[in-house]
Amino acid sequence: MKILTLCGAGIGTSGILKVNAERVLQRLGIDADVVAIDASMLAAQLDDAQVILTGPEFVETIGRTFADVIVVENYFDTAELQRKLEVALG
Amino acid sequence: MDRPTELPPLPDEGIVLAARARDWREAVETAGRALTASGATDAGYATDMIRMIEAHGPYVVVAPGLALAHARPGPAVRRDGLAIVTLAEPVEFGHPYNDPVRVVLALAGASSARHLQLVAEIANIFNDSDAVERLAEARDAAEVRGILGVPA
Repeated sequence: MKILTLCGAGIGTSGILKVNAERVLQRLGIDADVVAIDASMLAAQLDDAQVILTGPEFVETIGRTFADVIVVENYFDTAELQRKLEVALG
Repeated sequence: MDRPTELPPLPDEGIVLAARARDWREAVETAGRALTASGATDAGYATDMIRMIEAHGPYVVVAPGLALAHARPGPAVRRDGLAIVTLAEPVEFGHPYNDPVRVVLALAGASSARHLQLVAEIANIFNDSDAVERLAEARDAAEVRGILGVPA
């Protein structure tokens, strides 16, 4: 399974989401490849992605997709991340 | 001992406490000046950080009260660096969940890989903790360094 974390530069806030998503996935015993990207990389990465984690600013950028788009409020709150990932993957 | 994933030092020049800022731009500019004063970046990095927010919105406000200002690695980055600015009066970045911002953490990474490592370290500090609150209330530079676990 592939999970994308999306932000403006692909190295800052998406990096936080990647680190914390990996932490939560490990806790849940789910094996996934988490890739931090910026919007310019989206088209190339979107096809086989199951979940996209991002902030509210980027939802429009993503547009139509079969992936579950999860909007994260507090990037440091792994409990929020776990709750939302469980819903999307459950 | 080489421990490459640890955060870079944070000298006094990189810390500005109880700053006054009229808006998010001034807050980010202050953080950019602190990064430059600490020797991590050229002055142009502040402009780069502001452009990121203008281009992509206030997504850098990653947790209640905390903005993680940054730009891509590039010629303006001399070496990895951190700056912390706490605001006397919180400012709005326009974020739907996490405004107003009380603490601006500015980050410069010498490379994309290094930038991601720094972000991971920062995540360790801020996950499930009251670090933002404690930074916002910090009285001196030593206290800030203690919260982040970094040397001067």
